[in-house]
Amino acid sequence: MRIGIPRESRPGETLVAATAKTADQLQKLGYEVVVEAGAGQAAHLPDESFTEADVAVADADEVWASDVVVKVNAPTPAEIARLRPGATVVSLMAPGRSPELLEALQAADVTGLAMDAVPRISRAQSLDVLSSMANVAGYRAVVEAAHSFGRQFTGQVTAAGKVPPARVFVVGAGVAGLAAIGAAGAMGAIVRAFDVRPEVKEQVESMGAEFVTVNDPAMDSEASASGYAKEMTAEQEAATAVMYDEEARAADIVITTALIPGRPAPRLITAETVAGMRSGSVIVDMAAANGGNCELTVADEKTVTGNLVTILGYTDLSGRLAAQTSQLYGTNIVNLFKLLTPGKDGHMVLDFGDVVQRGITVVHDGENMWPPPPVQVSAAPAAAVAVPEPVAPKPPPDPRRKLFAAALAAVLFAALATVSPPSFLGHFTVFALAVFVGYYVISNVAHALHTPLMSETNAISGIILVGGILQVGSTNTLVSVLAVVAVLVASINIFGGFLVTLRMLEMFRKD
Amino acid sequence: MSDFLNSSELYGLVQGLYIIAGVLFIAALAGLSKHETAKRGNLAGMTGMLIALVATVMLAASQTELPGFRSLPITLVLIAVPMAIGGAIGAWKARTVEMTGMPELIALLHSFVGLAAVLVGFNSFFTQGTHDKVHAVEVFLGVFIGAVTLTGSIVANLKLSAKMKSAPLTLPGRHLLNLGIILASVGLLVWFMASQRILTGDIEVGVIPLLIMTVLALVLGFHLVAAIGGGDMPVVVSMLNSYSGWAAAAAGFMLSNDLLIITGSLVGSSGAILSYIMCKAMNRSFISVIAGGFGSDGAISGEARDYGEHREIQAEEAAELLADAKSVVITPGYGMAVAQAQYPVAELTSALRAKGVNVRFGIHPVAGRLPGHMNVLLAEAKVPYDIVLEMDEINDDFPETDVVLVIGANDTVNPAAIEEPDSPIAGMPVLEVWNAHEVIVFKRSMATGYAGVQNPLFFKENTRMLFGDAKDRVEDIFRALPR
Repeated sequence: MRIGIPRESRPGETLVAATAKTADQLQKLGYEVVVEAGAGQAAHLPDESFTEADVAVADADEVWASDVVVKVNAPTPAEIARLRPGATVVSLMAPGRSPELLEALQAADVTGLAMDAVPRISRAQSLDVLSSMANVAGYRAVVEAAHSFGRQFTGQVTAAGKVPPARVFVVGAGVAGLAAIGAAGAMGAIVRAFDVRPEVKEQVESMGAEFVTVNDPAMDSEASASGYAKEMTAEQEAATAVMYDEEARAADIVITTALIPGRPAPRLITAETVAGMRSGSVIVDMAAANGGNCELTVADEKTVTGNLVTILGYTDLSGRLAAQTSQLYGTNIVNLFKLLTPGKDGHMVLDFGDVVQRGITVVHDGENMWPPPPVQVSAAPAAAVAVPEPVAPKPPPDPRRKLFAAALAAVLFAALATVSPPSFLGHFTVFALAVFVGYYVISNVAHALHTPLMSETNAISGIILVGGILQVGSTNTLVSVLAVVAVLVASINIFGGFLVTLRMLEMFRKD
Repeated sequence: MSDFLNSSELYGLVQGLYIIAGVLFIAALAGLSKHETAKRGNLAGMTGMLIALVATVMLAASQTELPGFRSLPITLVLIAVPMAIGGAIGAWKARTVEMTGMPELIALLHSFVGLAAVLVGFNSFFTQGTHDKVHAVEVFLGVFIGAVTLTGSIVANLKLSAKMKSAPLTLPGRHLLNLGIILASVGLLVWFMASQRILTGDIEVGVIPLLIMTVLALVLGFHLVAAIGGGDMPVVVSMLNSYSGWAAAAAGFMLSNDLLIITGSLVGSSGAILSYIMCKAMNRSFISVIAGGFGSDGAISGEARDYGEHREIQAEEAAELLADAKSVVITPGYGMAVAQAQYPVAELTSALRAKGVNVRFGIHPVAGRLPGHMNVLLAEAKVPYDIVLEMDEINDDFPETDVVLVIGANDTVNPAAIEEPDSPIAGMPVLEVWNAHEVIVFKRSMATGYAGVQNPLFFKENTRMLFGDAKDRVEDIFRALPR
């Protein structure tokens, strides 16, 4: 089958749905890939880079005549008209918010796969476009903020005076928020972050930021007492608003990423707060496309307030890192096709038994498939049932039993010793002491040296040679012969053991 | 000269030298506790051995004056010639042995101690008979332990060198068979001590029970080790190491030689501790390992679980992951030795370290076929020992590790040991590699490890499988590494 990668038609769009590398990976899955001339230009991917990777570059007509068309933005009505009946189009579609697009796809008798409808289960993470884009956008938000901020992020003490580090406040610790925390921290800023989900505290701290809590002790107890843990009371809302106000005023940079699925973005930073912020501060509103978290945000615009606070409402943050985002988007596409091409034979198969494939299919051969049935997030509960009751741990043995055994052994030994000849007891003393010395000496040996230890003990146990040497001079021929053999094999042990230990120890070297 | 050899001072001198030698042997083992002092330790061992041999030869020379002994020159020749031959064989073996073949060599050397103990025991019987009851028990015991060590080590050697099937030999009623042999040997001991009648020449009738017992003990040694599978060989080899020590100690008792007793006890307790460490690392009791037949007792695989699907990775992708990583941990297992992958692994390690990647090795105590086997293999491939860490040293670092390479290891990295209480390996301490960001498992196929347990690691979200021969794949990664 042929996959076409068209040039994006949206004005100002910099992204492309495949890079030379991901196109090559698609070809390895058995597909033929054609890229529209100039498609990757804005993402710093000239046509030559595709031809060098043996990917065909063709004109728009040929691309749109492919069996599968993969792009970034949803196809326009004009583009849908260029699709062959029965073809498949893969792109971001926002299917919940664009019923007219779904109707157009149905009318054109094509199949539509929405990359932004991937169910949020861990298995599907490798094709989750929204995560990859949010990640890039979070990074870019910090870069944009730094660009508009009149000072540097990292603190220094220089000959020309002390430079305080910038203070960054990140609202929302999702993928974008965490990426922003990481980027700002790496540039040397002091980062504080807040999220309404207290369980992300650990993730925030792992990225090197401080997690801000709403400081109202009355709130916690009241909330749990009334049982309304989820719904914020008016008091809680007020406390949270105070926190936003205080944090934003204290910060040089505010990055907001708060979104509520299916609703406009929450208003968190009021005009009053902005008015109270220091001159030169920067607000990056990553929720600008959904109305913005800041009251003064204008989508796609840079606004400067009367007190010289810059508010960035860019909605194309990920597109501003076109090469990176295209690469990630392309890799998500490759992972999708790995899933859709079980035979690796260039033949796409949609399996609606798989929640991921069912979830992204919004239109199938002209038939509306949206919305998909709800996804069971994980199969864990079923597996948990299968786990049998843990085996009851054995009760630890009574320590008195050990003592008793030791006492019994001592008594038995003493009884035996009374009937033993004194010379035997002398040897036995040596034996017992040597066993204990051995125990303590060997316990200290490093694991790494256990093999040399074994060959060393091999060598010294060749001391049995002593027995052979003392017997070899006997006039009894049989005894002599046996002793000679004993001396021979014991010598192999001594020489072999010591030399191989030496050889091994020579090999161990430090850097 | 001959005056001195006949003097009473000689006995004192010899005993003194024996004490010095014994102290040097202890110093040798103590020196092996650290890399820094290991070579000095080995030197102490060699010196001790030299002193002991000089003292013993002097003692043997002084005996030549006694009745029943040959003349001094003949005695010296009888000592020097076999020693020279044995020394040459030993030196040649030590020089040529492959480090992957160390377990076989060590097992073979154990069998020599066993053989020597049997021979010395027989000689002691031929020259002194069984008048002295204590001595008779010592001879009997020494020959018994020596014979078990002899055949046991030979079987271990054959299994390790793959000349014999490594699967456990499970005869019906095998525990009864072992017990029967031991009981029969006790009976034979009673017979052995009962009679001092002369059978023929100057050999007592006791030689008959002694010979029968020797044959039985040889069978016991064979059967004991044949019943133990290849993966339990670290325990078996250290157990035989222990036996060879006890055999030497028993010889010391029968010859009234304290040096032999000291050395034998040192070696015996050394082997016993090593076996104990190995057993603890597998969370198995010593008895269950020795009883053998792991994997054959029926209720083994626990609940059959559905772990989902595994994901693959290609060498090129793995190379990229490694090049971008800050911290990499490699956990090798016996499979690395089988594939002879330690050299490419070392090459990959130094290339990554040259790029500034922090590469370390995590070694499970039972990785390989010999305690410390992996360390020796890596050392031979010129991996510096200070980046080769023990399981306990590295387990806490996995959450901060970017990439873990699991090369030829399976059961030692199995999360089932911790997560599934009904798993046959539950409770065994393992390398917790799954806590790292990415895990790449080198494997030939999806087959289970030695314990026959499926490994849920392969199905974790952050695990990817790299199929094929470990050596080839590591070389592929090395080539694909961006320069």
